[in-house]
Amino acid sequence: MSDATTTDAPMSDAATLSISFVLNGEPVTIETDPSQRLLDVLRYDLELPGTKEGCAEGECGACTVYIDGLPVVSCLVPVYQVRGRRVETIESIDPDRLDPLLQSGATQCGACTPGVVMTATWILDHPENLERHTVRELMSGNLCRCTGYDGIVEGIERALAGKTPARGQSSGTDASAESTPAAAGGD
Amino acid sequence: MNVILPSTVAEACEMLAACAGAIPIAGGTDLLVHWPEAHDLRDETFVDLSALEGLKPVRWTDEELVLGGLTTYWDVICDPRASEEFPLLVDAARQVGAVQIQTRGTWAGNIVNASPAADGVPVLMAYDASVVLTSVEGDEELPLSDFYVGYKQMRRRPDQLITAIRVPRRPYAFQVFEKVGSRRAQAITKVGFAVTAFDGEWRVVANSVAPTVRRCPSIETLLVEEEPVSGPDDLMPAIRRDVSAIDDIRSTAEYRERVLARLLYCDLRDVCPGFE
Repeated sequence: MSDATTTDAPMSDAATLSISFVLNGEPVTIETDPSQRLLDVLRYDLELPGTKEGCAEGECGACTVYIDGLPVVSCLVPVYQVRGRRVETIESIDPDRLDPLLQSGATQCGACTPGVVMTATWILDHPENLERHTVRELMSGNLCRCTGYDGIVEGIERALAGKTPARGQSSGTDASAESTPAAAGGD
Repeated sequence: MNVILPSTVAEACEMLAACAGAIPIAGGTDLLVHWPEAHDLRDETFVDLSALEGLKPVRWTDEELVLGGLTTYWDVICDPRASEEFPLLVDAARQVGAVQIQTRGTWAGNIVNASPAADGVPVLMAYDASVVLTSVEGDEELPLSDFYVGYKQMRRRPDQLITAIRVPRRPYAFQVFEKVGSRRAQAITKVGFAVTAFDGEWRVVANSVAPTVRRCPSIETLLVEEEPVSGPDDLMPAIRRDVSAIDDIRSTAEYRERVLARLLYCDLRDVCPGFE
């Protein structure tokens, strides 16, 4: 391939490639093997193990992160494609935002939870998508073998309806959660 | 593994011309599947298109919708005019994978991946889309319906990139897209089709029932000539002339043909004069 360097386009034929991007709000530059997936770089090189590997074929959503604000499966992203981009992982999510999901039974074994939270949080931050999509359709790329999905959808709808008590606020939560109408996304 | 990181289309084309066998990568949603085990791909040279910002936007002119070479499914889903004028594009896009795939996967990538089960291709073909192929030698434009020549074989030279997909704007009298998969999301199509009618002409395009996504000329003729059809079975001879369904891991030939006939009949019986 030595004849292939006839333009100014950067080319990596070496073991490493230097990549700069913004990770959870902070600029980072890494030297990485260009054959790595974003998922592995996040987990093993950048020591952010919150993003999980499930299926490794883009089907289960456990490895969901945001690139430039959109949810993607990081198992299908070659690391060189995030140069100059904004990447956000589960570690960037305010734990307070998990309350509605915890209260609605959206978690059980936890394997899918980081991905579920990423997609759920994106839905909450972009309710305009619910003018054409249902919560269920937007969540359909996150597989969960435990909950049967109702708890996940309900937690998102509760949060959309703004009925979540703030973290640490003394509860009565059970009562208020029970009485919360689950009718958010529809109209 | 070699990766080339061009920042312009011209650079990308120069690299593809200079580096025989280099693989362009856009959204990566097909190339990266099972990547940890894909050892044969580690010796390849990839040309990363992701920084070619000019290929991303959707453009509208008076005559056509133009998708860029990097326009994603999500870009089209979020374009309100696409829902109004080309609803089948949005229908198909919303059934490709799920949101996390739709935000990365590109229409051009779907075309050149050349899967017979591609969902983006039948709707584009039913709208008479054409592809613009760019290389150091210039641009070439081909109707999408003439693009495939066999299973995973297409009229794209290895040094060419799809830089645009042109879709003519027309008032369609009828349009429908059907996808049958194991579930609503994250499913690869067992059988699917797109049908459009414009100015007395019909386009019937089937996927997952032949070595390529393809138009179905016998069914189109049957519709134009308003031949009598009193049930799904009356469509079978034309279907068997047009497609060559196979048994594979996802379905059987018999299932594919029968479902194709039944869905076509259900969708067309109220709109096509010959149907009763």
